[in-house]
Amino acid sequence: MPESANLEVHNLVKQYPAVTAVDGVSFAVPEGICFGLLGPNGAGKTTTIEIMEGILPPTSGEVRYRGEPLGPRFREEAGILFQKTALQEFLTVRQSVALFRGLYRQGLDVDEVLNLCALDKLAERDNRKLSGGQQQRLLLAIALVNDPKVLFLDEPTTGLDPQARRNFWELVESIKARRKTIILTTHYMEEAQLLCEEIAIMDRGRIIAQGPPQRLLREHFAEVLLELPRQEFPEAARRLPLKLIDASDRIEISTDDLDGTLRTLMEARVPLRNLRIRPANLEDLFLELTGKELRA
Amino acid sequence: MIKRLLSVWHARNLEFLRDRPTLLFTLLLPLGIVISMGFIFGGPPRPLFTVGLLGTGATTASHPFLHERYTQFVPVKDQAAGISEVTHQRIDLLLALDGGTRYWVNTDSPKGYIVEKLLIAADPAARRQPVTGEAVPYVNWLFPGVLAMNMMFSCLFGVGYVVLRYRKNGFLKRLHATPLSAFEFLTAQVLSRLTLIIFVTAVLYIGIGAIIHFRSVGSVALLVLIAVIGSLSMIALGLTVAARFASEEVVGGLLNLLTWPMMFLSGVWFSLEGSPRWVQRVAHLFPLTQVIDAARAVMLDGAGIQRITPNLIYLAVTTLVFLAFSAWSFRWRID
Repeated sequence: MPESANLEVHNLVKQYPAVTAVDGVSFAVPEGICFGLLGPNGAGKTTTIEIMEGILPPTSGEVRYRGEPLGPRFREEAGILFQKTALQEFLTVRQSVALFRGLYRQGLDVDEVLNLCALDKLAERDNRKLSGGQQQRLLLAIALVNDPKVLFLDEPTTGLDPQARRNFWELVESIKARRKTIILTTHYMEEAQLLCEEIAIMDRGRIIAQGPPQRLLREHFAEVLLELPRQEFPEAARRLPLKLIDASDRIEISTDDLDGTLRTLMEARVPLRNLRIRPANLEDLFLELTGKELRA
Repeated sequence: MIKRLLSVWHARNLEFLRDRPTLLFTLLLPLGIVISMGFIFGGPPRPLFTVGLLGTGATTASHPFLHERYTQFVPVKDQAAGISEVTHQRIDLLLALDGGTRYWVNTDSPKGYIVEKLLIAADPAARRQPVTGEAVPYVNWLFPGVLAMNMMFSCLFGVGYVVLRYRKNGFLKRLHATPLSAFEFLTAQVLSRLTLIIFVTAVLYIGIGAIIHFRSVGSVALLVLIAVIGSLSMIALGLTVAARFASEEVVGGLLNLLTWPMMFLSGVWFSLEGSPRWVQRVAHLFPLTQVIDAARAVMLDGAGIQRITPNLIYLAVTTLVFLAFSAWSFRWRID
């Protein structure tokens, strides 16, 4: 494990009567980076992050924060945004943040947090009368109220509309600029690619790939991907010497020789009017590694 | 419409049947009520009236009033104690048969009024004796019990359901991710509820007291002390129920299981004088009985701190036991 590791996870296992949710996961999160846990629903991301947060006891294995088991120091220095959280009712936005500020010895001024999360205009509003995006910003404000050194975000933008999601990403970027360590779970590849310096891809409780997103893509993919609608792709063309990936509605061809591949396709009379050419992304990587689509 | 109704009916039945703790509880609660009602009200018919009997000479056994049905006769040692029992409505009438029929009755007591009529019908020569000291009207006797019962419901249901709701909607889980400890959380709940209950009880005490022209014989400061320690004990009892469970039905059932016997057996509505010894012993275990006993002693008899110290110690000890058990068995999240 690296010397500068902020959080280390050693051989975590979480067993439930019917299922092994986390099956021997180990990784280290260096100080000051955004670390992404990626995977489809049920991959074990939330279980892993909740064990790391000290909320859920593991069946075996351990989590260390700055070289020590999770303890009072960790609770003072961690900020957490759960997937689902209800707040105490009949409180305003400001009172909700102030409640949590009162639970920590050190932290930011309530107004400063409200300002940081663009909640200053909503400070006196009942916390039940917020939109999805505003609600999520309030929960982020609560997670930031102790000025945490390490911040956990469990699928923070699931269920938000694209505009609210983009706003949230901007917020996370501004938090990253404060040199916080962030652990993020998501099934939005775009989110991970945009925010994370390092990712671990999970499937069925195990990590199947780990590293910086660009390096993982370079390792697994040639330069570009060609996409063709599945129904326009002749069965005979499957025998061509090309690297094909089956997605649900399309066939993808991975290549570092675009001219050559196009020539091959044209010679085989594959219709190219709906052809799309794009660089590979994490979604493709997941499909490549598991044979499954991430949001299936 | 019928199809939609049946779909929802069927789904709800499945939910209910598969929620094992709830199912078990729903079956056990009525059974428990039946058994306890059987114990309390079963056996020979309970007497309607309790009459204290002074001096039991052989000559008195033939007195016609002693053969009245539905009347229980309890021996009373001396006259002063007997009169106090009458003024406090623990007995309905005090009777002395040696040297002519003499009796003492609380003219404010409805049951005293009726049993007096029965006595005069049986023995027209019976002479009423003046009751020394102020007689306690029934409403005054009832007042401490009603205040305490209101406190009990507020204590038990007020915290039980709130903690359950916090657990179900994930608010407790969020708090668990902070430095807050279970003991701190529970103590905060207790203190918040305590403030509310003391305020409400004070308003009721002043308001109802003005309507029924009630004045406490004893110290009001002692009453506040009883209310505070009594509330603490009953709030902590409510927390023992809410500490762990995640089902409204189980928590509701347990709270009912606690409040019902307390409501009937703590002497809110009628004195436990004359009920079987073991019923009285069980009743004394309830915090509500201790609160009512102490409050009546102060409000009606002007008792001092010495008389109610055992009650206060019992309530303080149960508070600590209940709080410790709650903190030990506390669950932040639904497993």
